[in-house]
Amino acid sequence: MNRRYRSVGSTVFDTANYIVLALIGFAAIAPFLYVVAGSFASDTELTRRSFFLIPHSFSTMAYKYIFSTDTIMKSIGNSLYITVAGTAVNLLFTVTMAYGLSKRGIYGRNAIMNLILFSMLFGGGLIPTYLVVRELQLLDTYWALILPGAISAFNLIIVKNFFQELPPELEEAAKIDGCSDLSLLWRIVLPLSMPVLATFTLFYAVGHWNNFFSALLYINDPARWPLQVMLRQIVLLSQMAAGSADSVDYNYVQEAQQSIKMAVIVVGTLPILLVYPFLQKHFAKGVLIGSVKG
Amino acid sequence: MKLRAEPNRGAGSALAAASIPSARRTSLAAKLRKDKWIYLLLAPGLLYFLIFKYVPMWGILLAFQDYQPFLGFWKSEWVGFDHFKVFFDNPEFFMLLRNTLTLSFYNLIFFFPMPIVLALLLNEVRRAFFKRTIQTLIYVPHFISMVIVASLTYVLLTTQGGFVNGLLEQYAGTKIDFLASPEWFRPMIVVQTIWKESGFGTIIFLAALAGVDVEQYEAAIMDGANRWRQAWHITLPSIRNTIVILLILRMGDVLDNGFEQIYLMLNPLNREVAEVFDTYVYMMGITQGAFSYSTAVGLFKAVVGVILVLGSNWLAKRFGQTGIY
Repeated sequence: MNRRYRSVGSTVFDTANYIVLALIGFAAIAPFLYVVAGSFASDTELTRRSFFLIPHSFSTMAYKYIFSTDTIMKSIGNSLYITVAGTAVNLLFTVTMAYGLSKRGIYGRNAIMNLILFSMLFGGGLIPTYLVVRELQLLDTYWALILPGAISAFNLIIVKNFFQELPPELEEAAKIDGCSDLSLLWRIVLPLSMPVLATFTLFYAVGHWNNFFSALLYINDPARWPLQVMLRQIVLLSQMAAGSADSVDYNYVQEAQQSIKMAVIVVGTLPILLVYPFLQKHFAKGVLIGSVKG
Repeated sequence: MKLRAEPNRGAGSALAAASIPSARRTSLAAKLRKDKWIYLLLAPGLLYFLIFKYVPMWGILLAFQDYQPFLGFWKSEWVGFDHFKVFFDNPEFFMLLRNTLTLSFYNLIFFFPMPIVLALLLNEVRRAFFKRTIQTLIYVPHFISMVIVASLTYVLLTTQGGFVNGLLEQYAGTKIDFLASPEWFRPMIVVQTIWKESGFGTIIFLAALAGVDVEQYEAAIMDGANRWRQAWHITLPSIRNTIVILLILRMGDVLDNGFEQIYLMLNPLNREVAEVFDTYVYMMGITQGAFSYSTAVGLFKAVVGVILVLGSNWLAKRFGQTGIY
């Protein structure tokens, strides 16, 4: 960086700036630290006194409880299944369509592009989409969480633009060697696009794991709930019930539940934190920034 | 933010241009046959857009019907603009409009400047390691689901063993029921948004700042400009365009408050300030089954939204920006 004139004021500002930013950085993860600490605390400690990072007692009761319940484990399984299957469908649909659209001189290409662009500006809305899913008999199936969001138009356009920027000579050479359009995609284009596809895999997967809205809309059967819906049920709805209940007995139950709630939050967050380093590597490189900046 | 397909300049376009005249001579059927694999690849995506994007658009007609699920779309009675009249005459309409606009306004005032300030502060950091570490930390909340954010809010703010109320009780001797009081709803939502999105929002500004020529700072130093003056005369003007376009784009979605966030924090006790168009459509349509009425409400919101987006886009162009559409 350039050398700048350093006055006393400048040094004071720098010090203050570092402190402020360090505090902001801490604030960004502080709630997680609290929840992780709380999930290992004993039941009574959480309500008796407020601690922040280090509980006096240490117990893994909350996690043992989670792993012993069918409902929570089932919802984790559902979320994993939806994330894997949903991301696979996303990639299949996005890559095939993006590749088709990346070919110039295809009859009807502009019409399809306009169709996609218009769908980004205007949509049928919640109820008509819900009715389509219902008419297709998809309610209470995992497909309801996978198909209605199979393609993000935004991602599609970025992948299409990426395919278009691959050197056309590669394609011509492969064509001369007798390569068909399909094997061209499979053997030339996809291997060259791995970094981009890895990025979208991560973004789609995070989207599926975090998805709450579709499940709220389309899944009524508790056995098929993903973790996000289960989480709301455990943390938020029991809370509201507690607001109206007033008995001492209930408070005891409440106490016992607090660390379990925190443990479920940790379980819901953990997969995101695990892939976060990879995510960050990609968006920091600017795949998405480029698209936003134009 | 240009989404239109740009024809690729360079070696490829010359070849593509050369192939067009010969392609034109062949018949349409021959062309379709030649590209049959491409059409096969396009088919699943095209079907997706038709079924899940365009059939629902056609389903908007429900708003002008009295749709009965057992009669189906074809046999339900047409009622014209009746649902819209009912909606506009409903006192809830003004509650929804007020809540929606107030939340958007709060976010504009309190949230919008945050990423800018944060980006400016980060820009002054000269230790690359420190800067990277802070960036890594502040981007995390963006990737956390809204359910987790709401859950964190609940366990921190609950009056039964929540961290914040624990502190309040220890030092102030009282508890505040943040989650159930209407006056705390809007601050809660704004703080959630600030916590979740401020960090990630800096990316676009930091990208703009990375493009500033270092020589400008050197020249300013030669002229005796201190850090404050450098920030004011060089750094800030370099992101002014980004600020203006983001501000204008925000105008386009003042009616979108983000369904999940509001829905998760909404409860009967704070409904008078919390219910917005999105949650109202969900409640009337899905919970109460008034499909036609809620489609009409959704359509009203969508049409106003499109007008606002196109209007703000037009404004952005007048400010010399490229616009999105």
